[in-house]
Amino acid sequence: MKILLITEQREGKWNGVSFETLAAAQQIVQHTKGSLTGVVVGKGVAPLADQLAAYQIDEVLLVENDLLDRYTPDGYSLALRQVIESVKPDLVLLPHTYQVRDFAPKLAASMNKGMIGDCIDYRYDNGKLIFVRQMFQGRTSADVVFTAEGPWVASFQASAFRADLVTKHASGKAPVKSVAVELKPEQIRTKPLELFREAKQAVDLTSAPILVSVGRGIKAPENIALAEKLAKAMHGEICASRPICDEGWLPMDRQIGSSGQTVAPKLYLALGISGAIQHVVGMKGSRTIAAINKDQNAPIFEIADYGIVGDLFEIVPALIEEFEKTA
Amino acid sequence: MKIGVCVKQVPAKDAPLAIVEGGAWIRESDIGFETNEPDSFALEEALRLKEKHGGEVVAISMGPDRAKQSIKEALAKGADRGIHVSDPNFYKLDPLSSARSLAAALKDENFDLILTGLQSDDQGFGQTGVLLAELLGRPHATIIMAIEVTDNRMKLKRELEAGWFQWVELPLPAVLSIQSGINKPRYATLKGIMAAKKKEIVTVDRASLGVPDAPTQRVERIYVPQKTKKTEFITGQPKEIAAKLVEKLRHEARVL
Repeated sequence: MKILLITEQREGKWNGVSFETLAAAQQIVQHTKGSLTGVVVGKGVAPLADQLAAYQIDEVLLVENDLLDRYTPDGYSLALRQVIESVKPDLVLLPHTYQVRDFAPKLAASMNKGMIGDCIDYRYDNGKLIFVRQMFQGRTSADVVFTAEGPWVASFQASAFRADLVTKHASGKAPVKSVAVELKPEQIRTKPLELFREAKQAVDLTSAPILVSVGRGIKAPENIALAEKLAKAMHGEICASRPICDEGWLPMDRQIGSSGQTVAPKLYLALGISGAIQHVVGMKGSRTIAAINKDQNAPIFEIADYGIVGDLFEIVPALIEEFEKTA
Repeated sequence: MKIGVCVKQVPAKDAPLAIVEGGAWIRESDIGFETNEPDSFALEEALRLKEKHGGEVVAISMGPDRAKQSIKEALAKGADRGIHVSDPNFYKLDPLSSARSLAAALKDENFDLILTGLQSDDQGFGQTGVLLAELLGRPHATIIMAIEVTDNRMKLKRELEAGWFQWVELPLPAVLSIQSGINKPRYATLKGIMAAKKKEIVTVDRASLGVPDAPTQRVERIYVPQKTKKTEFITGQPKEIAAKLVEKLRHEARVL
């Protein structure tokens, strides 16, 4: 199977999920005895193409253009369509980032092709490539196959594959080839303006060894204090899933998940968190996960080491007492 | 401003999910349904834009008969009329076929703006808005946290990852996918519910739209995922649970 991997960078810095998807691509190439071409898109990104060429890959394509300096869905779709039509891959793989969500379905549709997005795994069964993605917020998985002619377009979720499993190039370095694409300014309808951060990241949750995280199950803003008291008793930091921060019950910089921080503490204690994909991608690397939830089928229990099915308003006070007693 | 907003009806958040034999879909007979939560943020944004700039809000839902309920709720909150694209087997459609159907049903409406939620809480493809834009030849932007409309242009705040944002400008007409949390969706008032009864819902049979049956992908089977970790469940009275958990975290996992 001929695979084209589209990597992601912004302002010359990699989006790390690119390498997780590289690991996936290398594995699929091994299974299917295929070939792998990597693509780096942007302007002034030749150093990144060189870095990519150091991995086990057949060729790296450097796609540079003034109109690709800053991301736009029109620019990326038009440019990558030209690359795909010249390379003619069977499968186009992308990291499932916010940027990929923004352009990859359009890119595929512009070629009358479909995309299987946000995959968490693949299986190769008797010559058939099956993509695994989640449905119902992670409560079920789904096996999905392409049914039309390629090129197929698929993206892999962050943390679905381990970037540290990528293989280096066997003989030093893959060739890097510059590919010219034709773009006209009038084809690009989006005008990208400044990038910014809302507020200074006041707390760096990534360095906290113990995190107590609250989800919808906390029910009301006045109950946050209970979770904070537990966090304090455990010498941990408080954090939350997105809905809690959307409600303003905790500040945005305490948010864990795809739109917040990604953490891997020694202990992650999830209180009333169901375990939606968007949250789980931000914390599933934690060494130990303990979860309290009233729903025994909550997906958080899929990844928890210790599970407590019950009322957090009864268990958390008991935990606080226990920690204060043994402190 | 003429605004279309796509709302999908999905299984209620707390609905127990049972998978039908063979894994084609879930058993729908015994569960409740509700409007996809991410779409309620798109609806609220549409209503606010109308309040500010005037015009009309049209709520669109594709699905079986029951999907009309999501349109009715949108009408009760203040949408002006509804379009129901009817298909009893909607769940079988791949993202591209869904978007082609919506594009066919909506193209003559010539909306200035079409809004969608970020993704659905059931299938979660997260592609509809982007595909609709491509098929209708409109520009788009996704994961939108603020919309400022001036004349025929919009200034939009896009959310990026890891706490980053970006302002972008787009011309109208366009399609936007709204990020959850952009606003606080309103509740329907009693007056709104009464007023909704007089509002029009047009039903279009999806089969009549002439969209070719050309799926790009097929869901072979859905299933409950295998656990990647073995979860040890701790049971008992709250006090016992607390003591056991602390003991295990301290001496077994050694993380305290």
